[in-house]
Amino acid sequence: MDAVKRFFAGRWGIISVGAFIGVLAALLQYWGNPANMGICVACFERDISGALGLHRAAVVQYMRPEIIGFVLGALAAAYLFSEFRPRAGSAPIVRFILGVFAMIGALVFLGCPWRAVLRLAGGDGNAILGLAGLVAGIWIGALFLKKGYNLGRAQATYTSVGWLMPLVMAGFLVLMLIYPKVAGEPQSGVLFYSLKGPGSMHAPLVVSLVAGLVIGLLAQRSRFCTMGAIRDLLLFRQTHLASGFLALVLFAFLANLLLGQFKPGFVGQPVAHTMHLWNFMGMLLAGLAFALAGGCPGRQLFMAGEGDGDAAVFVFGMIVGAAFAHNFGLASSPAGVGPNGIAAVFVGLAVCLFIGFTMRKTAR
Amino acid sequence: MATTVDARGLSCPQPVLMTLDEIKSGADKEIIVLVDTDTSRENVTRAAESQGCSVKDVRPDDGGYRLTIVKG
Repeated sequence: MDAVKRFFAGRWGIISVGAFIGVLAALLQYWGNPANMGICVACFERDISGALGLHRAAVVQYMRPEIIGFVLGALAAAYLFSEFRPRAGSAPIVRFILGVFAMIGALVFLGCPWRAVLRLAGGDGNAILGLAGLVAGIWIGALFLKKGYNLGRAQATYTSVGWLMPLVMAGFLVLMLIYPKVAGEPQSGVLFYSLKGPGSMHAPLVVSLVAGLVIGLLAQRSRFCTMGAIRDLLLFRQTHLASGFLALVLFAFLANLLLGQFKPGFVGQPVAHTMHLWNFMGMLLAGLAFALAGGCPGRQLFMAGEGDGDAAVFVFGMIVGAAFAHNFGLASSPAGVGPNGIAAVFVGLAVCLFIGFTMRKTAR
Repeated sequence: MATTVDARGLSCPQPVLMTLDEIKSGADKEIIVLVDTDTSRENVTRAAESQGCSVKDVRPDDGGYRLTIVKG
């Protein structure tokens, strides 16, 4: 057990996890997930929001088993290696709001950091603008961190607190089994299922769930984080997490080449638009929100699985943010930004700056 | 007498930032860092070692860990 622990904490551990996620993401596309969207934490949480009917954008409604697997896999890993630590109470309302705007920013770009690199690995040049925005957002976040920005301490708490998020995810899975997708029907019991668009494209349930579980296990062990990769590089010149992130891009690219899924260009890319400025600005907002909240959307799910109640609040913020994004016309589409997307980016930036400038209690 | 950095309850990068601050500006040769998660333990260890320091001792403490770092 100790040897496994040491391997995943080391350089080759994080690199192999990144490579594994990259290959698996490309395969998930091959098995049915939307193009350049083998895994997109933001998109998939948005689809879950739609499956629950929190928004009624008919093309993005599906209870994504990958997300459920991420949390439950991380829970299993945390227990297996005695790392389950129920904790909560570090500025939950702030984390919720950051989750809301992280999602809005991601949906202006059309993807989270995971999908940004998967889009790049699939040949989508627009992802370059998104990634540049992501780096810029995280850079601003790193400046706040240097100036003493801090969400305050979490407290150790009851085991049941740490179990709530995994139980919610297990409940979502049960709903999916009770109300399975019915061919040609947009609704099954309480759940919505897209008939067309990205929400209708998915790998078989078992495949998605197992992929999610394995990634959840591995990512909990290795602390894989796409935001942390860039933040640690900017803040400490540390390349540990970044090597995992790079491995993901490289291996997803190679897998895409082999599977015939690499199609370079800017125009006509799947679930993407070509408004460069807003690809940049959307991800800038998302990157800043992730940096202020201390983790990319994937990492927040893994932390929620190992007992972090504050990360769980961030996840719910993202799910609710997706509902706002589609109900208020903030989310982009292949045609370009939504009618109110630009305004939402500015509101989000103002909120993040307000949080960054005012929450500077020194921890000591 | 070693300085103690209490990073319990804080999530990364705070424990690393606090440790690096102490390594750079503190007067003591030995630093005790208290953390409450395995992630923080790994990150603080990695950061200290990248600064040429060594982690002399890691022991479980109050549900978390107590790290003793010696400046290089």
